[in-house]
Amino acid sequence: MVDATDAAFVALAIVSVGGAIAALEAKEIIYGAVGLAASFFGVASLFFLLDSPFVAVFQITVYVGAVAVLVLFTVMLVREGRWFGDSVGPTASVAGLITVAALVISLVSSFFAAGLSNASEQASAPSFVDIGKLLTGQFAPVLEILALVLAASVLGALTLAKVDPGAKAQAANERERS
Amino acid sequence: MTVALSDYLVVSALLFGIGAAGVLMRRNALVMFMCIELMLNAANLALVTFARVLHDVGGQATVFFVLVVAAAEVTVGLGIVVAIFRKRNSAVVDDLHELQG
Repeated sequence: MVDATDAAFVALAIVSVGGAIAALEAKEIIYGAVGLAASFFGVASLFFLLDSPFVAVFQITVYVGAVAVLVLFTVMLVREGRWFGDSVGPTASVAGLITVAALVISLVSSFFAAGLSNASEQASAPSFVDIGKLLTGQFAPVLEILALVLAASVLGALTLAKVDPGAKAQAANERERS
Repeated sequence: MTVALSDYLVVSALLFGIGAAGVLMRRNALVMFMCIELMLNAANLALVTFARVLHDVGGQATVFFVLVVAAAEVTVGLGIVVAIFRKRNSAVVDDLHELQG
C-alpha cells in the first residue's frame, strides 16, 4: 500500500538527487545550472512534506528565485571561454570517489544510529509565529550580525563589479599589441 | 512500506555526497560553486528533518541563517568568478596560483 505522501517523497527525492547529478555531470554547464534549480525546487518541496511550509516558501524564493537565476546569468556571461582541464586526473577522481563514498556511508550510518526512524509523528506543525518569535527573541543577535554580513556582501559585489577605467585602457592596449 | 523520517536524512546525505564529489572532482569554479550550494541545501534538509523529529523550531530558524549566508556567498563568489573571467578568460581554478608560496 503506497499512499500519496510516500509517492510524493519518492518522486521529489528522485528530482532532487537527479537534478544534483545533472548539475555535477552535465557536459553543457547551462544544463547543469537548470539541474541545480530543479534540485533546489525538489528540496523545497520536501520541506512541504515535512510540515515546514514557511521555510519551504523561503527556500523557493531565495534558492530558485535568486541563487539559481544568478548562477544562470553567470553561466551566460562566462560560457564563451575555455573549459578544458575541467576534470581532475584519474587518480584524483578515484580518491575523490572513495572519500565521498566514505562520507556518505558514515553520514547515513550515524543518522540510523541516532534511532530517528522510531521517532513519534508530530501532531501539529510549528507555525511561522513560533519561528518569528525565536528569530526576534533568542536569535536576535545572530539576525543582526547576518544583516551586517549581507550588507558587507553587497558592498563586496559592488566593488568587484566596478570597472577600473585605467585597467580597461591597459587591457585594450594589450589587445591591440597582440 | 512507509517513508520514515530517516529517509529524508538519507536523501540529505546523498545530496551532500554529490556536492562534495563535485568540489573534489571538478576544476571549474562555477561547477564547484554550484556544488557548494548543493551541500548547503543538503544541510538545510537535514536541519528541517531534525526540527520535525525533535519538535524544535530552532532547526527551522537556523535554515534562515543558512539561506542568508548562501545568498551572501553567491553574491560575492559569482562576482569574483566574473571578475576573474574578465581578466583571464578562464574559470579553471588550477590556473589561479598567484598566491602560491
